[in-house]
Amino acid sequence: MIRFHDLHKAFDGKQVLAGLTLDVRDGETMVIIGYSGTGKSVALKHVVGLLQPDDGEVIVDDRAVSLLERAALTALRREIGFVFQFAALFDSMTVFDNVALGLRRRDLSDDEIADRVHEALALVDLTGTDEKLPAELSGGMRKRVGIARAIALQPRYILYDEPTTGLDPVTSAVIDQLMVRAREHLGVTGLVVTHDMRTAYTVGDRVAMLYEGKIRQVGSVAEIQETEDPVVRQFIEGRPS
Amino acid sequence: MIERIGRAAVDVIKAVGRFGQFVRDAARALADVAVWGRLTLVQMRRVGVDSLPVALFIAAFTGVVLALQASYTFTGTVPLYFVGTLVGKTMMLELGPVLVSLALAGRVGASMAAELGTMTVTEQVDALETLAYDPQSFLVLPRVIAGTAMFPVVVALAILTGIVTGWLASLALLDLSTQEFIKGLKLFYRFKDTWFGLFKSASFGATITLVGCVVGLGTRGGAEGVGKSTMRSVVYSAVLLLLLDAFWALVLLR
Repeated sequence: MIRFHDLHKAFDGKQVLAGLTLDVRDGETMVIIGYSGTGKSVALKHVVGLLQPDDGEVIVDDRAVSLLERAALTALRREIGFVFQFAALFDSMTVFDNVALGLRRRDLSDDEIADRVHEALALVDLTGTDEKLPAELSGGMRKRVGIARAIALQPRYILYDEPTTGLDPVTSAVIDQLMVRAREHLGVTGLVVTHDMRTAYTVGDRVAMLYEGKIRQVGSVAEIQETEDPVVRQFIEGRPS
Repeated sequence: MIERIGRAAVDVIKAVGRFGQFVRDAARALADVAVWGRLTLVQMRRVGVDSLPVALFIAAFTGVVLALQASYTFTGTVPLYFVGTLVGKTMMLELGPVLVSLALAGRVGASMAAELGTMTVTEQVDALETLAYDPQSFLVLPRVIAGTAMFPVVVALAILTGIVTGWLASLALLDLSTQEFIKGLKLFYRFKDTWFGLFKSASFGATITLVGCVVGLGTRGGAEGVGKSTMRSVVYSAVLLLLLDAFWALVLLR
């Protein structure tokens, strides 16, 4: 379980998170929606200790992330796959090496690593791309490699940061399907940050809207779709005002 | 005015604190030898072998110019075999280490700052951390160790090249024989001349690569931030290198 408890974070005096509280239950996929620049990605980075909270805490399975020592934080990170907004693939490495990198930190033989990499690449329909460099891939393919890199670790949690941003609608739908497939295949708990409502409705068990640094509303997809909250309504309908 | 000075002082103290923390983290990452050991070999090739053409080119012309300038200065007053002394001493003690290191601050330090800066702004460094790697052991230590180990090797070859081209220039352009050049070269030579230059080069290598890593990993913003980091790393490295040069002369040559 991932628990955000009264999380506060400011950058250069600008308050981004102002008391974010949210529980992500085991086995579910929680989608956090919200306007650009409202701190969705900031919240996500607190889960893996990439950012330290000014106040409040993120608790993963009873472990307060900001209080973990280096070794314990590394152990926690081994349980979490992170899919970055722009994939964050290593330019100088092939697709195979990108996906294998995290596995090389584990007690696995070269054959086991190769099997896991090929299995992950097959799951995202990228079989046969082992030797390609990230520069040779399209945006959608790069995102799929990013997902393969996360699922190859067989994590307990996968965090997706804007997984469909910048993609055409068809490629976005493919990524949505991959996220659903990854959950079914691995049974992982997912936390997705997006402002794409189609992604939210397709992959989410529950949806939470982040607004002015706090959760404005959280509920099932149906509850969000039927909400009468004017702020949430405006966002999900994409109305200018 | 006072407020501005105060703010600048606080910024400097913060920067020194960050640098100290960075060095402490790098020292802690030394235990992760399984990660940095393999990657250091790759960096040694990039820092050492790939830098040789630039270093040797600079050294070759420096040797020729030193021989000609020495001859011009000594004419009629000092025996010409002192050309060998001046070429040898200057290449070993000063011009070999400093000129080559300044050139490599541009080639090696700037490229490290640009590479790590790009990795930072494109979240590749964050990705490394989420994959349970310490950026210090994966990115910093291999570069700093390679710089410390390879700068003396590159500088040694550059010194040798400078002396050889100085000798060839003396043979071809000055009225000097090989025996006289070698006589001058041996005159006043002390083993300290060799180790001083190479030790200094190692400290320059450590400084340039460390600055490249610190500045690169501190990059903020997009392409503009990477450009600024690249420029900063060259400026900081050059300034630190000259300060360090003066420091070692004060400490080791007095």
